[in-house]
Amino acid sequence: MPDLKRIGGAVYGWLNERLDLEAALEHARKKTVPVHKHTFWYYWGGISLCLFLVQVVTGILLMIYYRPGPEAYASVREITYEMHFGWLIRSLHAWAANLMVAAVFIHMFSVFFMKAYQKPREFGWWTGLGLLGLCMVFGFSGYLLPMDELSFFATKVGLSIPGVIPGAEKVIAAVVRAGAEVNEFTVQRFFALHVVVLPLLFIPLLAFHLFLVQKHGNALPPAERLKPATERRNIPFFPNFALKDLAVWLIVVNILALLAAFFPWQLGPQADVLKPAPIGIHPEWYFMSQFELLKVIGRILPGISGEVAGIGLFTVGMVLWGLIPLYDVETAGGRRARRATYFGLFMLLALVALTVIGYFDLK
Amino acid sequence: MNKPEQNASRPPVGEVEPLTRRTFVKVGMVAAGAAYATALGYPIYRYLATPAERSAALAAVKELALADADKLPRESALMFKFAGRPAILLHHADDTWTALTAVCTHLGCTVQFDKERKAIYCACHGGVYDAKTGANISGPPPKPLALFKAQVLTGKVVISRA
Repeated sequence: MPDLKRIGGAVYGWLNERLDLEAALEHARKKTVPVHKHTFWYYWGGISLCLFLVQVVTGILLMIYYRPGPEAYASVREITYEMHFGWLIRSLHAWAANLMVAAVFIHMFSVFFMKAYQKPREFGWWTGLGLLGLCMVFGFSGYLLPMDELSFFATKVGLSIPGVIPGAEKVIAAVVRAGAEVNEFTVQRFFALHVVVLPLLFIPLLAFHLFLVQKHGNALPPAERLKPATERRNIPFFPNFALKDLAVWLIVVNILALLAAFFPWQLGPQADVLKPAPIGIHPEWYFMSQFELLKVIGRILPGISGEVAGIGLFTVGMVLWGLIPLYDVETAGGRRARRATYFGLFMLLALVALTVIGYFDLK
Repeated sequence: MNKPEQNASRPPVGEVEPLTRRTFVKVGMVAAGAAYATALGYPIYRYLATPAERSAALAAVKELALADADKLPRESALMFKFAGRPAILLHHADDTWTALTAVCTHLGCTVQFDKERKAIYCACHGGVYDAKTGANISGPPPKPLALFKAQVLTGKVVISRA
């Protein structure tokens, strides 16, 4: 039997001389992850990343048979009912998309409450928000691609919301919808957006986000920062935390596989502009709160003014949310600014409440 | 980090080492990893293989009727698909008929009927086949083209495996 250890060592030596792997490993070994009662929340960025990788793989696999344009529905039908395991791959893609948005939301709120956006991590916050925004556009554009009834009407409604802003409808029709109605050209350009434009924006932004995490390391929650350095506990990133991360990824992939296998994603009837919208149609859960906000404000302020006010309020909230690192700066004593935490709690509560009300409002 | 008592418990050289917990866990991990990789890889392989499996199912076709092919003029050819692969039907000057696969035995290009030479010609590398027997006459083709049985009836030509 050949001496595998010696061969492996020789290959490693050859690579190390050229790529300086030792330095990278040394960095990974020196890097530490704080251990405290909130360490659990450190896993959510990694979970989001894991689900993104699932999306890349299953997305490429779907693209092998998917045909955008007039044949979109027929090709998704074929993937779902004719290709071996096509239903499973499509289900994985749809479930992972939803779980990824959920994981990103959890990641964002945990970063918020740990005040991990404070100096020097402001860009981590901003790139993260950018990634969340791109995630939502990924979700919105991907939802149309099967061209079944639900995706047709969801896109129709989604695109008409910003249309109430004066002058916006004309631009949306020309640039996004490609006409007065959602049609095969819409699918074609949503496909280009979903598989080319968004990944081109997402991947470099994600790389920068991950680079920042490497550069600054994990942020400590305010209570930990108050402790003297000797009382803080750490574990090495490699191999200790990396292995734990891997274990979490395995759990995530297993949950995903169970969901996809036992609750396969359905394909509705083909989109037909002449058919009335199905009863109980509603946006995906991650758009529900925004949708419900518009509905609630529409009841107080009927007509276009209500819609514009709703969009305006939402925009103001988002701007305040995005600029938090600039006005909630770390104080000298390490004391947390309570108001920022209340703002976060309010946003979380509003998001959850509007989503829940949204589902009740359907009936 | 070998503790001294662990070293002491090691068997002398030459004896069979008992199964240690470390080895057991290592083998178990590798086996679990391999099982996991198979569970991921198998559906992906089958998914990708679907069209190939379909065309393999098509290849099981034994017989094919070409409607109106009996009206094919003399000294001309008709291209058709048999079991998903290109084939050629020839009506010769002496009113005989030949059906052949149209896939060159050299590198798989689709061949054509050359009226002037009254032969089958492959444009890729200049292979020439006999139009009646499919025998490779000149050029690189290593093997003849396979013959089908062509049965000329009124209103159709029935092609079957020879």
